[in-house]
Amino acid sequence: MQQQFYYEDVEVGAEVPPVEKDPTTQQLVKYAGASGDFYQIHYDKDYAQANGLAGVIIHGALKNAFLGQLATDFAGEHGRLRKLSVQYRGMDQPGEKLIAKGRVSRKAVEGGEHIVECEIWLENTKGDKNTTGTAVIVLPARPG
Amino acid sequence: MSDKLVTEQTKKLIGLESEPFMVEVERGAIRRFAEAIGDPNPVFNDERAARKARFGTMVAPPTFCRSFGAVPMLRELNLGTHRVLDGGSEWEYFEPIRPGDRITVVSRLADIRETKGRLGPMALVVVETSYTNQFGELCVTQRSTSIHY
Repeated sequence: MQQQFYYEDVEVGAEVPPVEKDPTTQQLVKYAGASGDFYQIHYDKDYAQANGLAGVIIHGALKNAFLGQLATDFAGEHGRLRKLSVQYRGMDQPGEKLIAKGRVSRKAVEGGEHIVECEIWLENTKGDKNTTGTAVIVLPARPG
Repeated sequence: MSDKLVTEQTKKLIGLESEPFMVEVERGAIRRFAEAIGDPNPVFNDERAARKARFGTMVAPPTFCRSFGAVPMLRELNLGTHRVLDGGSEWEYFEPIRPGDRITVVSRLADIRETKGRLGPMALVVVETSYTNQFGELCVTQRSTSIHY
């Protein structure tokens, strides 16, 4: 089980515990099967190259899922993911490590809920951030 | 390729809603999805562990609704383009999706507009999709942008 974060313990600017992912072509095939997204640019190298790509590319939705994992891990068992947004600024290929990272950008108590907003992104080993977004998480508050 | 991808006629489709369709959520499908994305969180993978957790059952990971199938209306747009890229998504979560849920999916064409990209004219298509369970509770909304060129 992941550590549970409480609203009071999290400061603006704090780092969200990173999640390291190691996507392989096998994972893209598994994801194609599980999601039903069989667009060939994600598993057929010849097809991808004929479409002007360097090789097969990672499904945007899989990168979205990596950031979803970052957010639900941070929320923990007693927190809740309320919003998740991602934008794709560039493509990523399998065989290269991607690290899901985040930073707390805002804290507020709204409607009795303890809300923590985070900037989130995926970073490759070169430091490129080809997927960026935000997560809004409700964290539990420490009792009284 | 003509330089006008998004005609006035296409723009008239903004606001169009898809026919609702229903998906029954299988426990195995949730587990397979969690395995495919490589998320070991027990609430997405392990019914026994999930029983002791907050909802008393396994729940679906945040992007699980991607497995419910392509948005039907995108096929009808007929933009005359050959390639499509995912531009991104905004998700909002209300109720968890649990095994056995019957989720009704409705999509609405929220926006379509033309822009000029590095590769020539592109159409940005924004679709909003709602996912509602068998009790009429809204579980998830998704606003996704696809890039057609």
